Amino acid sequence: MNIDSIQNGVVLDHIQAGKSMDIYRYLHLDKLDCSVAIIKNARSAHLERKDIIKIDSPLELDLDVLGYIDPNITVNIIRDGKLVEKKHLELPKRLTNVIHCKNPRCITVSEPQLDAIFLLSDRENRRYRCAYCETEFHK
Amino acid sequence: MRNLIDITDLSVEEIDQLIATAEDIIANPAKYSRVCAGKQLATLFFEPSTRTRLSFESAMLSLGGSVLGFSEAGSSSTSKGETVGDTVHTVSCYADIIAMRHPKEGAPYAAAQVAEVPIINAGDGGHNHPTQTLTDLLTIHREKGRLDNFTVGFCGDLKFGRTVHSLVNALSRYENINFVFISPLELKLPRYVKEEALKKKGIPYAQTTDLESVIPQLDILYMTRV
Ligand SMILES: [Zn+2]
Repeated sequence: MNIDSIQNGVVLDHIQAGKSMDIYRYLHLDKLDCSVAIIKNARSAHLERKDIIKIDSPLELDLDVLGYIDPNITVNIIRDGKLVEKKHLELPKRLTNVIHCKNPRCITVSEPQLDAIFLLSDRENRRYRCAYCETEFHK
Repeated sequence: MRNLIDITDLSVEEIDQLIATAEDIIANPAKYSRVCAGKQLATLFFEPSTRTRLSFESAMLSLGGSVLGFSEAGSSSTSKGETVGDTVHTVSCYADIIAMRHPKEGAPYAAAQVAEVPIINAGDGGHNHPTQTLTDLLTIHREKGRLDNFTVGFCGDLKFGRTVHSLVNALSRYENINFVFISPLELKLPRYVKEEALKKKGIPYAQTTDLESVIPQLDILYMTRV
């Protein structure tokens, strides 16, 4: 694949340098059949270094997951070789099945088939709490 | 459909209305003896708590309704592989409202996602116990005639005491409340309660390890087990 010229796909730009593999994992990009290019430590005008992910497939991405990992990422949608949309992210108010509660007394730990739901409790400090037991999430 | 999972599921106006109703029930019990006629309350106690269960059942019977339910010592339904959701879904067919107690934190929230009738949280592990908070508020109201404009001290285990966190949350919504937290250092109120319930709203509070020195400034003292 020529990474400079995706015909129909998605380019995730302005990823904080070093975070591209986290995104690869959270978005389950390993499950895709199409070409995926991960560019690490690219030079950027705004940031010293950045990562870029190019996905050669017009898939729908979970923007909440991306916003959670890094709200500064920009999502470029490419159709017929042209940039048709540039999406800016924000920290999502609610996360479903992205992170999981670590409180051993939480119902979602004893009943793991429940949706893991987290709610943004403090935007400034990027804090999320389990919707069930309200325990704050720590990586 | 409404649920009572956390005390903040009720607005201040709704709490005031509930307290006024409770005071009226105490004064005129006969007036309320049929208001729940034909309604069934299910008490699902996944862990036993005789006092809490009898309070709910007695209340429903006093209002003219009927009760059904279970109380189990072990986790027998869990060992059969039945989830909280399964049980609550089944019970939804028989009852008009469910009061549940469960040893796992957040179990009533999980139940509320699938229940077809309202859920009242009657205690979920060390997490929430909103009807206890309503009782505490009623007690304060009966003693003081109001829920605003005073300095309230909380003494004891403020770290794990769920009733403390709920009552702080509930009172923090009233006008002109000062909080004084009295505990040993290792049982201090958790940072998140201070930040999210108090600091964000600019509510004044103080912390100390010495009860005697603050007693003169308190209008109410809430003691918990240590
Ligand atoms: Zn949890």
